[in-house]
Amino acid sequence: MGEQKSLTIKGNMATALGAKLCRPNVVPAYPITPSTLFPEKMSEFIADGELDASMINVESEHSAMSACIGASATGARVVTASASQGVALMHEMLFIASGMRLPIVMAVGNRALSAPINIWCDHQDTIASRDSGWLQFYAENNQEGLDLMINAFRIAEDDRVLLPVMVGIDAFVLTHTIEGVDVPAQEDVDNFLPTYDPKQGTLNPKEPATFGSFAPPEFYQEFKQAQTQAIEDSRSVIDEVFDDYAERFGRQYNKVSTFECDDADIILLTMGSMSGTAREAVRKMRKDGKKVGLAKLTVFRPFPMPELKDILGDAKGVAVIERNISPGFGGAVFAELGATFVNEKDRPIMKNFITGLGGRDIFIENFEEMYQKTKDAVEASKVEEPVEWINMNEEVTR
Amino acid sequence: MAEQMEGDVIGGKKIQEKYLRDEMMPHIFCNGCGLGNVLDYVLWAVEKEGFDMDKTVFLSGIGCSSRIPGYIDADALHTTHGRALGFATGVKMANPELNVIVFTGDGDCIGIGGNHFIHAARRNLNITVIAVNNYIYGMTGGQVAPTTPEGHFGTTAPYGNIESPFDMSKMAIAAGATYVARWPVYRPNQPINSIREGLRNNGFSFIEMMSPCTTAYGRRNKFREIKDLWDFYIDNTILKEEYEMTMKFGSEEEKEAAKDKIIIGELHKISKKPLEDRYRDLVKELME
Ligand SMILES: Cc1ncc(C[n+]2csc(CCOP(=O)(O)OP(=O)(O)O)c2C)c(N)n1
Ligand code: SF4
Ligand SMILES: [Mg+2]
Repeated sequence: MGEQKSLTIKGNMATALGAKLCRPNVVPAYPITPSTLFPEKMSEFIADGELDASMINVESEHSAMSACIGASATGARVVTASASQGVALMHEMLFIASGMRLPIVMAVGNRALSAPINIWCDHQDTIASRDSGWLQFYAENNQEGLDLMINAFRIAEDDRVLLPVMVGIDAFVLTHTIEGVDVPAQEDVDNFLPTYDPKQGTLNPKEPATFGSFAPPEFYQEFKQAQTQAIEDSRSVIDEVFDDYAERFGRQYNKVSTFECDDADIILLTMGSMSGTAREAVRKMRKDGKKVGLAKLTVFRPFPMPELKDILGDAKGVAVIERNISPGFGGAVFAELGATFVNEKDRPIMKNFITGLGGRDIFIENFEEMYQKTKDAVEASKVEEPVEWINMNEEVTR
Repeated sequence: MAEQMEGDVIGGKKIQEKYLRDEMMPHIFCNGCGLGNVLDYVLWAVEKEGFDMDKTVFLSGIGCSSRIPGYIDADALHTTHGRALGFATGVKMANPELNVIVFTGDGDCIGIGGNHFIHAARRNLNITVIAVNNYIYGMTGGQVAPTTPEGHFGTTAPYGNIESPFDMSKMAIAAGATYVARWPVYRPNQPINSIREGLRNNGFSFIEMMSPCTTAYGRRNKFREIKDLWDFYIDNTILKEEYEMTMKFGSEEEKEAAKDKIIIGELHKISKKPLEDRYRDLVKELME
């Protein structure tokens, strides 16, 4: 094993370095705040001869994902990065990528969607792509950003999966924040991630294959079922790959990671960079004798139903804290968590908190408040207001 | 209205005071950026044409250039990257009474928004487009755009751009625009006159403003001083009339030199019914 190099780098650099270590062949990309540094770094790596790949400076994200699809269909390893309006503009192509079963990896600098225009962090962009058939991972810090990129390629390219993966790192909180990151040695990543050798058909004149052609009603549903089966099968592959990564590199990832959950009455469920603050809040509350824990979702797609049942099943209350909103309902995780427990007799009280939209900070006090509100609901044995908005600017609100 | 103007002052007020939103100041533009000039020229044109601000809508996409409408005290739609002309089509067709002025960047207009651009021009929609060409994606920090000259540098082309650029004005003409002009920002009067022409033209008017981006483009391309970019424009442009004369009467050498230059001036002016008028006529005819 080579030694890991400690660097202090921005989140975008972490995902770019993670991608570079995976030796992609093609990098089609279009700049957008807060992901712009990714294509800039990739073109530098390529221009400086550190990475043997083709960079394509396309004219939109729609073209970026189209080029990813074309390149990946030839059997190339492909990576790109985007955010917000960029991911929204790719929407059409996201379904083509997963439908053609192409293991493309994309780093997303999670950013709010217009209107109004906002360049800061929330998860609306990737959550809006939830049903596109991509696997979705969310990083808490820059180290996770780098590691998840490497894991993403291995999982995506696994014969049992063959699906694209997006890795979310929070806008600015991670993309532009400098943190210490341990970077694995190239030879170790090479051993962990073999060269992409597609067993399925590729665009190859010697063995012609057609991608994405017409599927009439007699076949379409079977295609979709097979694709859905693949994402189901990815569950065990993710565990396998995360464990192998831990063995080689010393950092264990889990679909859901826990902190102080064993005896917790109330568990905060979080995603992305807010988990760091939430952990501090849990530490603080534990000192005050409160029985509170933290569960962090690293994998949102496939949604880890069994793991969540296991972790949250014995708690009295769960505070589902989300940086996304499905207007007319509530948060996406809340919906899915509710469905996860729908057939269970014993289930925790669940409350949904929407906060941190468009870069609004989430403070320790906010987590304490959400804990308290959940505890109150548990004690009252009823939830008056299932979805609540936290940390509103009173001056602006009505 | 025009009579009361003297220098920068209209009826005792500075033009900035009349048209700009005080609360939006200071603006975000960098030192030496040409966007302030472009804004100024458009305000003068609007003033001289006596446009009613209550009947004028400014639209823009995303980019530094697209930030301009935010500073003007008038109705505005600040939309998404590349789509301003799509939105403008909706505004104009829904209410043809409105004067529609679109601010867009080179990337916004013919990169990501290229499709909307050629189709708005093809339809000869009666709007005025102020396309600010700084030859780069300014707002995102200097990535190469579809206008970046070959060999010039961007953050995504650290060893120089290898792609051939678009000529925005030629594209506008080819696509069907009825008024097209191109001016560098260092000339104030000509662009103001062209913008006025554009506002008066009953059809798709396209004014390309060559505008220095000091931060994202100049710095990376060895234009260290603001003046260097202005000099670059001076050295590399030729007036349309001068170009035509050179091609007719110049020596072979002069002709060769002229061929490499960017032609500026009023490039194209024809008369053709705009989409809204054709639509109205058709409806009228069918109703009769
Ligand atoms: C769909 C989408 N993709 C990417 C971006 C990021 N972005 C914002 S401005 C810009 C480029 C702007 O360049 P240009 O239109 O030339 O305007 P300038 O800033 O140079 O005036 C880009 C790529 C975005 N806002 N939306
Ligand atoms: S980045 Fe360039 S275009 Fe944008 S404000 Fe600065 S100088 Fe102007
Ligand atoms: Mg530009």
